[in-house]
Amino acid sequence: MSVILKAENISKQYRLGLVGTGTLSHDLNRWWHRVRGKEDPFLKVGALNDRSIKADSDYVWALQDINFKVKEGEVLGIIGKNGAGKSTLLKILSRVTAPTTGEIKTKGRIASLLEVGTGFHPELTGRENIYLNGAILGMNKAEIKAKEEEIIEFSGCARYVDTPVKRYSSGMRVRLAFAVAAFLEPDILVIDEVLAVGDAEFQKKAIGKMQDISKGDGRTVLFVSHNMAAVKSLCTRAIVLENGTSVFEGNTDQAIQFYLTADNQKGSSCIRYFDSSNFDTEKCLVKHIGVKAKIKDFNAPITREDVILFQTEIEKFDTSYITVVFMIKNEAGEIVLVTNSELGEKTLNFKGNKKLEMQIPSHFFNEGVFYVDMMVTDTKKPLFHEKDVINFSIIQEEKNLGDWMGKSPGYFKPKFIWKG
Amino acid sequence: MGKLNDDKWLYTISSKRKLIDFNFKEIWRYRDLLVLFVKRDVITVYKQTILGPLWYLIQPLFTAITFTLIFNKVANIETGTVPPFLFNLAGISIWGYFNSCLNATSDTFKSNAGIFGKVYFPRIIVPLSVIISNLVKFGIQLIIFIVFYIYYYFNDAAIHFDSSIVFFPLLVILMGLFGLGIGMIISSLVTKYRDLKFLVGFGLQLLMYISAVMYPLALMREKLPRIAWLVEYNPLAYIIETARFMLLGTGTFSWFGILYTIVMTFLILFFGIIIFNRTEKTFIDTV
Repeated sequence: MSVILKAENISKQYRLGLVGTGTLSHDLNRWWHRVRGKEDPFLKVGALNDRSIKADSDYVWALQDINFKVKEGEVLGIIGKNGAGKSTLLKILSRVTAPTTGEIKTKGRIASLLEVGTGFHPELTGRENIYLNGAILGMNKAEIKAKEEEIIEFSGCARYVDTPVKRYSSGMRVRLAFAVAAFLEPDILVIDEVLAVGDAEFQKKAIGKMQDISKGDGRTVLFVSHNMAAVKSLCTRAIVLENGTSVFEGNTDQAIQFYLTADNQKGSSCIRYFDSSNFDTEKCLVKHIGVKAKIKDFNAPITREDVILFQTEIEKFDTSYITVVFMIKNEAGEIVLVTNSELGEKTLNFKGNKKLEMQIPSHFFNEGVFYVDMMVTDTKKPLFHEKDVINFSIIQEEKNLGDWMGKSPGYFKPKFIWKG
Repeated sequence: MGKLNDDKWLYTISSKRKLIDFNFKEIWRYRDLLVLFVKRDVITVYKQTILGPLWYLIQPLFTAITFTLIFNKVANIETGTVPPFLFNLAGISIWGYFNSCLNATSDTFKSNAGIFGKVYFPRIIVPLSVIISNLVKFGIQLIIFIVFYIYYYFNDAAIHFDSSIVFFPLLVILMGLFGLGIGMIISSLVTKYRDLKFLVGFGLQLLMYISAVMYPLALMREKLPRIAWLVEYNPLAYIIETARFMLLGTGTFSWFGILYTIVMTFLILFFGIIIFNRTEKTFIDTV
């Protein structure tokens, strides 16, 4: 199959802060450089796109040197954290904004669905809006007319189709909007998170329709989503973006794995401190929570052979009973186990500071990344509930040369007693 | 992959821009969208109002009455043999067309940022649709003008169509294009520098006074010869003066004035398209 779309060195620079009088001087400066045939002076500055670090420059690169090719009929997933540059890339692909440098070449018409229902006018009826929205998305009148009945049927709004859209419920509006989008027939379809709308039944219908589009009709699709399940079921290949650069490109499963573990490559054990701003109770205060291997320091890797220690320090202001609960989750955020201090037969009615420790025996978890939610409750209600307080990863125990080195499935791999 | 390089790319998305990137083929492909935008604008403006499209008539009618009372009855501006009310109504209708074209197009990028930020289509479709939907409004206003025309005609007022009236539609289109050109320039600049928005509001008011809306061009030359050039260099004044010449047979007609207006209109339109094209690619980052 031939390449239908090619992105070469796509970069996008944004100006931070406000547009004010300083902008005019920058614009004049830029213009003066261009008149003399010199390079734009502000293209040289600009830091890597990292949200958390305060910038020392007024410019930032939202995307930097992105290269990829898309073959005809391929469904390419684009995944990354918030602010990784996904939306910027989509905006460039759908020609909403131009890249600062680089270019995208395409052999087909691109239709973009960055949002459903773009241009819906509340005063117009459903039917009128189908035409308007369809035309905005690039269909002509004849095409829409041919599909009108199908669109109305798919939306499930047949009864209201001649009522102004402002009388619709928000769910109906979304259904109608998605129905129009679902019947688009461009060469390349660019989709951003539109599946995150509507009720569960409609989402299922939407994903089904998307699968039809990509698999049945062999259309080329670029798909951006946080929904890993959707990415997994739709995409044939994926790109992982991080801070504006492409850090992984390959098959979908590997890309998802990479994306989910990217954060946890460095510290396999960690500690986190809290202050009183995390609490809205006057009964207790969790000062820190950490996880590490028993005989090692924080930030050292945990292997399957290590005994794992959860350490926390709690300050209590009265003598009431509390329970500490840990919920351990897998990469997808599903809880794999819950444990609490009561199960460990520890009654906590102390007053003042106390360091607590929970031990997990060695050879318990399978290798992988785990996230921990922490909760402190009294007998009636939670006093403290923090999601993803810490995370840890378990790596393989050392193996003898020649042993099998692969990862077995599952979250636990305990040592049980075998006889025979 | 040698074959690939031979294949033709349909189009390229890049930061490079040609000076004029006016893709007629693409605009033609989106003609249905243009029609639908016009329809939307016409239908929705007066939805949920009691008088509905009557508002199209009330505005020029009352303005014309006010102008007649103040400029003609109080300030004694001479309109020759033509009834002052009809004289004002003609000027106001035509000025109104330009006024609403400019007002609406100068806001193109800002008021459509929601759509422009999500979907691509040739951006010029939006200002074009504004020009056309205002044409509909102007058409309705023209009907009321004709009603009063007939009334005055049968009351023996000295008015007559000039034979050049067949060119009246061209004059209106010229007016629309002039509004489009200026509107596109302003809308492009407004995306970054909001100051211009304030300028448009009162600038239009001032512009009306030097556009020969409520007085004949000749009167300005006679009464205020020293600042008459302000009016004479204003293409709008020629359009309005010529329109009155065609409709009412009053005022002056000069080939020079019309030629000057045509040249100015196309210069501004040309400049407008260039600056609009530059803006449409990245305005979403600054708006």
